[in-house]
Order: sequence, then structure tokens, then C-alpha cells
Amino acid sequence: MSTDDRPVIEAGPEGGFAVGSLDSLLNLARKHSLWYLLFGTACCAIELMQTGGPRTDADRFGFVFRPTPRQADVLILAGTITYRMALRIRRLYEQMAEPRYVVAMGSCANTGGLFQMSYSVVKGGDLIVPVDVYIPGCPPRPEALIEGLMLVQQKVEREPWLAKVRGRVADPPDPWPEGKESTE
Amino acid sequence: MNRAEELSAAQTALAGSLGEAPALGGAALAGDAWLEVPAARWRDACRAARELPALGFDFLRCLTGVDRPEAGRIEVVAHLFSYRHRRALTLKTSVPRDTPELDSVAGVWPAADWHERELWDLLGVRLRGHPDLRRLLLPEDWPGHPLRKDWQEPDHYRGIPTRRAAPQTAGELAKQTYVAVRGVPSAAPKAGPASPGEDG
Repeated sequence: MSTDDRPVIEAGPEGGFAVGSLDSLLNLARKHSLWYLLFGTACCAIELMQTGGPRTDADRFGFVFRPTPRQADVLILAGTITYRMALRIRRLYEQMAEPRYVVAMGSCANTGGLFQMSYSVVKGGDLIVPVDVYIPGCPPRPEALIEGLMLVQQKVEREPWLAKVRGRVADPPDPWPEGKESTE
Repeated sequence: MNRAEELSAAQTALAGSLGEAPALGGAALAGDAWLEVPAARWRDACRAARELPALGFDFLRCLTGVDRPEAGRIEVVAHLFSYRHRRALTLKTSVPRDTPELDSVAGVWPAADWHERELWDLLGVRLRGHPDLRRLLLPEDWPGHPLRKDWQEPDHYRGIPTRRAAPQTAGELAKQTYVAVRGVPSAAPKAGPASPGEDG
């Protein structure tokens, strides 16, 4: 299967149709319903709220916030992560059903940012969960967050999802090798 | 009453209640002067500061600590304010660094509860009689107390590295910003028309 096959979409006056491989059709549906977890750890969360608001209106792309990790596809690391919160973030990530994606929003979630010399701040979200998209900014504007989520869409539409769920594609390596338990 | 008179009045009032005058400190320094009491009288002094009508410090603005390794002590500092008299007071005590124990004043000002938890969390001062002495900001199993001057950051915490592979230092960041703003200096001659400067 080609990794970037996209369905052919024909729009007509009486509705339209899409023709493509089953994978591409599944991915078409998946990428337009990326639900993100309503979760923030610091000031980037304010921009995250703006992104869901009427001016930027993330809903039009299918990015809808969910208040529970069980229903969320995307974890947006919005803000400075302290070690105390890092343990909770791991737990939230583990509570999300696969497929799941992580977006590091802003300098703190990328590298620790302004607080990278602090004893209590995690020096980047990728040290605790595998990150798919990094968004620079302090904080990033809502437009930047939308762009980051659209990059997740691009990743989703290229995934051989059907083959993956049938076990033909190996699972990614376990992000938590032995000794990295997240229970508290 | 000016600040010095206020402080002197508070000193007299506390002396009457404690039986000994608290030491006056910092009068020659630029910042606020303070009153210092022995650690054994800390709770009595705080209670008197709150309850004596002449003092009436009903508001605990801040309760914090300072590590003084050169003196072998940890200072505990309470910033008080009296709404009745519209006046502030800085009250200090100090405990030895190797056995930092102090009576809790959470029973005097309920606001001291979390401040004292922070004091325990970051400086390791054990507050006797505190209702719920747990760490406030750091995880429960955190090693040590990071506002101690001799605290060393561990390499890992629960498998999370505490350092990034390539941290940005202030110097590197300044250099990058410089290059981004000014451009990379180049020895190659410029193509195209000469700049106005060369014309004259």
C-alpha cells in the first residue's frame, strides 16, 4: 500500500463521494475527528482555550476537546511541566486509548523553556511521553496550535491503520521500559 | 509613628508577653528591620503578635525560610500585617541546620498551614504540631530539600532525566539571537549594485 494515498473526493450538487483504499477512507475519517484532552499545566493552556473558542474555532477541523483521557486522541502538553505533574501526565497518557498522539505546545513543553534551569521542572515533555509534534512559541498563538494539530492530521492520513490493527505492522516500542512505572 | 517607633513599640509589647525582649535586627540595613526571637519562643511570640491588642497582627502575609550555611542555621521569616493598626512587622527566628525543628504556628494563623508545608518541602524544617506535614510542591518521594544551598540535583527522578542533552545556556542563546538578527558575517564580496555607503 502506498503510504500517501489519498481518497479521490468528488463533490456534486446532490452530495459527493470519495473513492480510495479502505485505509485512506478510514484515515480520512480519523483525521477529521482528532479529539484532544482538555488539559493544561500552565499559561499555554490559556491559548489552548482560545484555540477552542469561536475566533479560531478548532471545531471546524474536527478538533474537539474532551474532558476525559478515555475519549481523547491527542494529548496537548500545554505549559510548564513540574515533576509532580509529570507523574499525572504519564498516567493520563496511559489512560488514553490507542491510537494516541502527543503535541508539545510551547517552549516549556519542548525543552523546559524559561524554567529549564529549575530543579522542579521537567526539561521537555518528550522525557515523559513520546511527542509527535513540537510547536515553538511562548506561548504559541492559536494559529500555531492549529498548524501543529494539522501536522498531526498529516501524520494520521499516512498511517497504514488497517494493517496496523490486523497486526501486520509491528507496534511501536514500549515507551516505558522496565523500571519506569508511573504508579504513584 | 514612624517605622522605627512602630518596631520599638512591638518590641516592648512582645517583651512584656515573653518576659524577654526580642532582638532588633537589620536596623542599619536598607530593607525592613526585624525582630528576632529564640526558636523555643517562636510560637509564643507569634501568638502574642496576633493576640495582644497593641499588636494585633491578624494577617500572615508570608512565612518562609532562608538557608544560611555559613552560620549553620536556617532562618524562618514571618511577614505580618495588622489590619487594625495598618502596620507591618517582620518576625524572625532561626533553627540549627542539622536539626531543623520548630513549633508550628498553623494554630495561630490557619494560613501558615501551607506555608509551613512549603518550608518543610524546600528547606526541610520539621514543624512540630503541624496538622498535615506533607510536601507541598514537590513529589512525596523527592530526594532532599532543594532550597538548601548544598543540595545536589540528581541525574534522574523516577526514570525521567533531569537534564536535556543540549541545554541552551544564556550565552548560546544570545549568540543565536545575534546571528538571527544581524546575519552571519561573511568575507565574500557582495554581488549586485554597490551599497550606498560605498558611493560616498
